[in-house]
Amino acid sequence: MEAIKSFINTISYPQFSFTLSVVLFVAALKTKKLWTRTGGWIMLVLVTLFFAVGSLDENFRSVVAKPDNVPIVMMIYLAGFFWWLSMYKAIKNDEATESGAPTFEKSESEDKVFTWPDLVFSELICMVVLTAGLVVWSILLKAPLEEPANLSVAPNPSKAPWYFLGLQEMLVYFDPWMAGVVLPGLIVVGLMAIPYIDTNPKGNGYYTFKERKTEIVLFLFGYLVLWVQMIVIGTFLRGPNWNLFGPFEFWDINKVVPLVNVDLSEIIWIKMLGVGLPSHWLLRESFGILLLIGYFIVLPVAMAKMKYFKRFYDQMGSARYYTGVLLFLTMMLLPIKMFARWMFNLKYIVHIQEFFLNI
Amino acid sequence: MQQLKDLQKAIVKSQIWKSIFRVGIPTDNRKRALAMLGNVVLHLHPIKVKKSGLRMSYTWCMGGTAFFLFLVETITGLLLMFYYRPTVEYAYFDMVDLREVAAFGIMRELHRWAAHAMVIAVWLHMFRVFMTGSYKPPREFNWNVGVILLVLTLLLSFTGYLLPWDQLAVWAITVGSNMARATPLIGAEGPGAAFLTLGGQKLIHIGSDARFGLIAGRTIGGGTLIRFYVLHCLGIPFVAACLMAVHFWRVRRDGGISGPV
Repeated sequence: MEAIKSFINTISYPQFSFTLSVVLFVAALKTKKLWTRTGGWIMLVLVTLFFAVGSLDENFRSVVAKPDNVPIVMMIYLAGFFWWLSMYKAIKNDEATESGAPTFEKSESEDKVFTWPDLVFSELICMVVLTAGLVVWSILLKAPLEEPANLSVAPNPSKAPWYFLGLQEMLVYFDPWMAGVVLPGLIVVGLMAIPYIDTNPKGNGYYTFKERKTEIVLFLFGYLVLWVQMIVIGTFLRGPNWNLFGPFEFWDINKVVPLVNVDLSEIIWIKMLGVGLPSHWLLRESFGILLLIGYFIVLPVAMAKMKYFKRFYDQMGSARYYTGVLLFLTMMLLPIKMFARWMFNLKYIVHIQEFFLNI
Repeated sequence: MQQLKDLQKAIVKSQIWKSIFRVGIPTDNRKRALAMLGNVVLHLHPIKVKKSGLRMSYTWCMGGTAFFLFLVETITGLLLMFYYRPTVEYAYFDMVDLREVAAFGIMRELHRWAAHAMVIAVWLHMFRVFMTGSYKPPREFNWNVGVILLVLTLLLSFTGYLLPWDQLAVWAITVGSNMARATPLIGAEGPGAAFLTLGGQKLIHIGSDARFGLIAGRTIGGGTLIRFYVLHCLGIPFVAACLMAVHFWRVRRDGGISGPV
């Protein structure tokens, strides 16, 4: 048991768990058997088993059973369940269309029923069930109330509300102006842009995976792998000093983690070229700036010429294509920076402390 | 039993009852339609809906859940406002009283858990709308209204997080609002802010930047509390309610619940 726990603790470190989740995400979308009733039950049992057996451990319990963390356990279940449900329905519809039959929604959408009583009563039942659930939840679990506010005693760790912990987790890899302002802003802009970028007329009003693979994979990657997973890491695995702790690890305030991160400029000028850092920032950061220009300007243009992406360019037109690709590349900046951190201890690609411009 | 039935009959047939519920319990299709048209709450719905749009496995009931939780928040929040005073002196102790003294001492719990549930419900609603492609024409604009409502939901929850005025509250808001310090151009430590000078004087400093505007001071304090309280109880709910009206209206105008065309 201890060996399993310490194994889970070790693979909880994002260099392993994040990589693993990306691999599993791709594998899951390719495994049709997962999105059947049997597959759903197996996943449900496995996750429940993990939480049930894990709860026997004191450290695990102390984090998961914190009143404000209970909704996140709920979210893991709900997001997982609805991911399964949508894929289950999508694959059934895809199989139906393949054999020439109409989708499930199509077969029923011609049929109209009276709102009273069918819809009105389902709503009533939903409201009663929700109310009962909320009342039971409220009786069983007290809302947290800690000591009175004291601005001179900072708790360690100090955490934002749970739904912003994905952003706080991004602070490990980015400066506040990116993690707290620019990237969240672009998430909102990106979400709003979706209907105007996506020109695929198929899959409007019914579940399907085959007919809009690219859109679904991109959205699920951003929503589940990045947003939900970063919240889970930030809530369950970040302890004192924002150090990472496995789910069965004691939150030791004295845990020492060496700070070995270096900037790209230091890697190139000092380690590779063996000369000191140039004094002017423009020369010092020239490699990082060139890298970013390459990433955000040269790469989208080059991609448009590649066979795989060219069909998107032709289909969407240049304005939609470039907006979409720039938003996509910005999203991918996060995993790229994460992997760069784990592989090269990279701190900043561009580090212009002179005007707080660090990327 | 018979007497009860007679009583029910007497009530339903009385002038008072009839003046309120014109149609009564619908028994035929004409009355089913009239029941929906004659009631201000029910008329949010069309008279008939697609059978596919009725399925819980299609809608996940998450949009309705989010709206219902908003109503729960409104009601429990209103009751909490009777007790809670948004000042540094009283806020925390009103929380203690709400727990220890007030009748129906689960209002704060209901309010907090429904708030967390609402955040999750709104995310899942977005998830469903994406997976069914329901943002596609003609529903692009309504998706955008929805995204704004999602942001407002987070802001509602965030502003409410400060109100208990305990360690959890102030430090969560401290961590959150510190981000504003790094806003490009208008945050004291944001990129580009150093360039904004007038006659050698810095325009953006910790006493004038985005964070200062957000928390009404250099640190979290009484000013922040009242600011967040007003935003939480009045400002954001008002904007959200207006946008919800637009959201629901557009669901109807864009052809009702989505379905294959």
